[in-house]
Amino acid sequence: MSNVSVKKRDRGKIRNIKFGVRGSGFGVRRSILNSKFRIPNSPADVALLKRVARSHNLTDELYERIVRILGRQPTLTEVGIFGVMYSEHCSYCSSKPTLKLFPTKGKRILVPAGKENAGLIDIGDGLAVAFKVESHNHPSAVEPHAGAATGVGGIVRDIFTMGARPIALLDSLRFGPLQNDARTRFLFEGIVRGIADYGNCIGVPTVGGEILFDESYRGNPLVNVMCIGILPKGKIARAVAKGPGNPVVYVGSSTGRDGLGGASFASREITDGSDADRPAVQIGDPFAEKCLIEATLEALATGDVVGIQDMGAAGLTCSTCEMPSRAGTGIAIDVDKVPRREEGMTPYEVMLSESQERMLLVVKRGSVERITQHFSRWGLNAVEIGHVTDNARLRVKEGGDRVADIPVSALTDQAPIFQRPTKRPRYLSKVQRLSLKDIPQPRDYAAVLLKLLASPTIANKAAVFEQYDHMVQANTVVLPGRADAAVLRLKGTNRFLAATIDGNGRYCYLDPYEGSKLAVAEAARNLVCVGATPLAVTNCLNFGSPQDPEIMWQFKECVRGISDACRAFGTPVTGGNVSFYNESPDGAIDPTPVIGMIGIIEGVQGSGLRVEGSCPEPRAQSPEPITANFKAEDDCIILFGETKEELGGGEYLSAIHQRKVGRPPRVDLHAERALQRLMVEASAQGWLKSAHDCSEGGLAVALAESCIIDAQHLIGATIDVSRVTCHVSLRLDALLFGESAGRIIVSCVPESVEVLGHLAKKHEVPATVLGRVGGSRLLIEPWIDVRVEALNDAWRGGLKVALGQEQWGTKGSGDT
Amino acid sequence: MKAKVYITLKRGLLDAQGKTIKGALESLGFQNLHAVRMGKYIEIEMDRRSERSAKQDVERMCQKLLANPVVETYHIEFCRL
Amino acid sequence: MKFGVVVFPGSNCDQDCVYVLKDVLHRPVITLWHEQTTLQGCDAVVLPGGFSYGDYLRTGAIARFSPIMRAVRAFAQDGGLVIGICNGFQILLESGLLPGAMLRNTALRFICRFVTLRVERTDSPFTNRFQEGQVIRLPIAHNEGRYSIDAKALQTNRGQVLFRYCDADGNLFDAANLNGSMDCIAGIMNKAGNVLGMMPHPERASEAILGSTDGRLVFESMIEAFSHV
Repeated sequence: MSNVSVKKRDRGKIRNIKFGVRGSGFGVRRSILNSKFRIPNSPADVALLKRVARSHNLTDELYERIVRILGRQPTLTEVGIFGVMYSEHCSYCSSKPTLKLFPTKGKRILVPAGKENAGLIDIGDGLAVAFKVESHNHPSAVEPHAGAATGVGGIVRDIFTMGARPIALLDSLRFGPLQNDARTRFLFEGIVRGIADYGNCIGVPTVGGEILFDESYRGNPLVNVMCIGILPKGKIARAVAKGPGNPVVYVGSSTGRDGLGGASFASREITDGSDADRPAVQIGDPFAEKCLIEATLEALATGDVVGIQDMGAAGLTCSTCEMPSRAGTGIAIDVDKVPRREEGMTPYEVMLSESQERMLLVVKRGSVERITQHFSRWGLNAVEIGHVTDNARLRVKEGGDRVADIPVSALTDQAPIFQRPTKRPRYLSKVQRLSLKDIPQPRDYAAVLLKLLASPTIANKAAVFEQYDHMVQANTVVLPGRADAAVLRLKGTNRFLAATIDGNGRYCYLDPYEGSKLAVAEAARNLVCVGATPLAVTNCLNFGSPQDPEIMWQFKECVRGISDACRAFGTPVTGGNVSFYNESPDGAIDPTPVIGMIGIIEGVQGSGLRVEGSCPEPRAQSPEPITANFKAEDDCIILFGETKEELGGGEYLSAIHQRKVGRPPRVDLHAERALQRLMVEASAQGWLKSAHDCSEGGLAVALAESCIIDAQHLIGATIDVSRVTCHVSLRLDALLFGESAGRIIVSCVPESVEVLGHLAKKHEVPATVLGRVGGSRLLIEPWIDVRVEALNDAWRGGLKVALGQEQWGTKGSGDT
Repeated sequence: MKAKVYITLKRGLLDAQGKTIKGALESLGFQNLHAVRMGKYIEIEMDRRSERSAKQDVERMCQKLLANPVVETYHIEFCRL
Repeated sequence: MKFGVVVFPGSNCDQDCVYVLKDVLHRPVITLWHEQTTLQGCDAVVLPGGFSYGDYLRTGAIARFSPIMRAVRAFAQDGGLVIGICNGFQILLESGLLPGAMLRNTALRFICRFVTLRVERTDSPFTNRFQEGQVIRLPIAHNEGRYSIDAKALQTNRGQVLFRYCDADGNLFDAANLNGSMDCIAGIMNKAGNVLGMMPHPERASEAILGSTDGRLVFESMIEAFSHV
């Protein structure tokens, strides 16, 4: 198809379509392509069908394979079904071999990675947590509001189909620089509003996330959304079609032609060609989703539901072949029975539609009416459209006509896998070279600090998270922006759930292996900063085209880095999502693995350290999350970890020197693990009053943030950096703004300094007393002396300035 | 026939959307704008019958549900399908 | 005293209200499905926050026609205690049980954050546990919370205002009035004094762990008032 370029991304949606010359020959052959089970036989028919197949990225070779599988020529509907199931998104054809590197075993893991809609782990007290992150990058680039909104809807469905009530959302967003770019600002505002409009309406709080800005995302923003749900252990709903004879029930919104976009353009031209103006983006209906959440959880509670799956990517097709595949069964459905929003839809369109807010259920025989009642009570469709069979085939009919009949395994287990070639990118050796001699040291360190605080990546994001309802469900114990991770209480227990989402594309661009290790390390560090024990990981891997060997190399290196870090930390990967083809005319995005990690804060009895004579009894009786802001005058500030001369890939080089060079900081996985253990023990025993990790902008930015995070209670600090544990010849800018991994700044009452020192020693973590909290200035003698109000203005105003807009966060300061 | 219902905020109330749009238009160089008001537009397809009885129905729809008389006004037009 | 929390399709704060009344205040609570026609012996009704019917036409405009609202209206006219929070407030306005109407926030965006409010009267069934002029902290979370009322009606209803947006010292001024409400009104009751609508969420500020317990006093005031009936 020379006149059509189709790119697949994200949940199988096919986007970025350059429509070719309309009516390019398809219209003449309606007879064979009207989707009835009429098998094309004439050479002309077959040639035409092959062209349709190619528009689905099915090569002639794959087409022949399909013919062999079926023992005959396929129908149009079957070509569509094979096309979406063999797509990168559904089959993971490029990524599957590499993803096997992930460590997936652990004692808390309740379902194996990839076997269900999301990962599931045991968090104690009879509770399990389902969580997953997923991308919606390209739809958001085309139509930011609808694209981001449906991204939220999709991942939320993945969670409640497991029987879990969604309790939190986090999102990881990437944009090009906001300054003087109307398009990027439009994307930014639309995406934030889309997340807000959907998440707020369904009553799931958006409790955290991250937003980074870099040139590589200018044409291709990233929208990765993570959802967390909770359910009683043992009550998990499975995505299986068990029990031949059991009814298959369609529930939720009606099916329209939305989301068909590119995949079905051929079909549309063939069938009626009347709706070429239809956008390739689905529109979400959060109200329907809210009702679907409640109705589904009610229906699952009856015990009559055998299996359930969301109709997300590839809609009805994906659910009707994956569910029987997991049970070794088949499914037979009649598309005539599928509720529709539009007239004249063909079986091809019904099977491939990506209309939102729909699910497929397999229920016990005789229970259809009971199940239906739960959905009609909430004003939703619930229609029996077929049944489970024992023939291991997907059979689709339209009334009396059969339109597809395919062995299920051909669509799932036996889908093609590509061993993509890899090659170390040529750019690497050039960009990794960094001579610090070329980087002039600043004359005014205070000015650099203020500039960093105001850079959009570091600046306060209240203008964004205040648009999200982050308090609904009344579990949000640590409000967004107050700590390094989000913390939710778990009602009826004395546990807290902590969650974070992290990634750094610039690090991964400069060194995919080290960069992705850093992402996992930072996620874990964020969790231990609130006092949580890291438990498990989900990830979203955002890359360019896997057909480019250099990008495939980046991908493999990133997976290797994540795997090594997860193995070292004992945090298995429970699942995730791969998003390839994130490219714009300017090139591919930086490789951007995004790590979602959850942890738990639980009541730990005063186990731990006893030091002869000097050590008071541990303070903590019940666990309490730790926030990042300094609390009181005269508290002592301690830095855990070692500072090295590591400026490569940092925000300092980027924002101050406009350089994207060097090697990112090295992660010592052993040292990170020791730091994690230290933090969990110190916080469980109640010694810590604040904790904040050193990440973008390094030590100085972390100290400044701890002074100003609480807008109602700005407080200064006096710091003596000459004590910092570091290599001898450390440059001052590296000391202040370098982003060495494995460092956390904590504060405590002066009496606890000694015991924290002993704890650090026990865990072999370097600890430096940096100074004291107090006053109204941040004083890093003798280089920085700034009023906290000035730090606050820079940090809280940074995003507004970059957006060049008055209405963003103009009212009041950022206390929430 | 088709009823077209236009709903806008009553004059005198701050129409924040309208104000924002006006500002945006002016920043794009469109001058001499007196006011921009934003509202809702609703189409109702109904059985063919006398315009008078249809109008009465649509009036009642507006008063009962479609518009909030405390802050909104409406305007109805008809056209043949 | 038995509370009834109404559940409309799209309500999303109903369970938060149930939790506070049942698990924090230990009162009997039932949920009332929007299709029900009676209040099943409830002594007070809560219309919770959320997006009833998606708020697709106007906030609260469709919920107002739910069967349960007929019973709520009769209950209110009979002097029963009714509190509408956020979307519940919007429904009470659309129902005509409270004066005024709700418009989009002047900033044209959803705002979720803690705000400070001044308690204007303490002789009501919703505020008897507060001090007059007390400054309290409650969260807001809404897109359409700009309370609007015509000047004449405002004049006659001014005395019914129970909460106003204010700064930390209790002063009223524009910067504290995040959504642009007329006269900084955050919560207003009817003439008879038994129906309250408020945009801030007391149920999100009823436990110390959530950062404020000021909201609990609203429910405790209702319990107190009922005990004197």
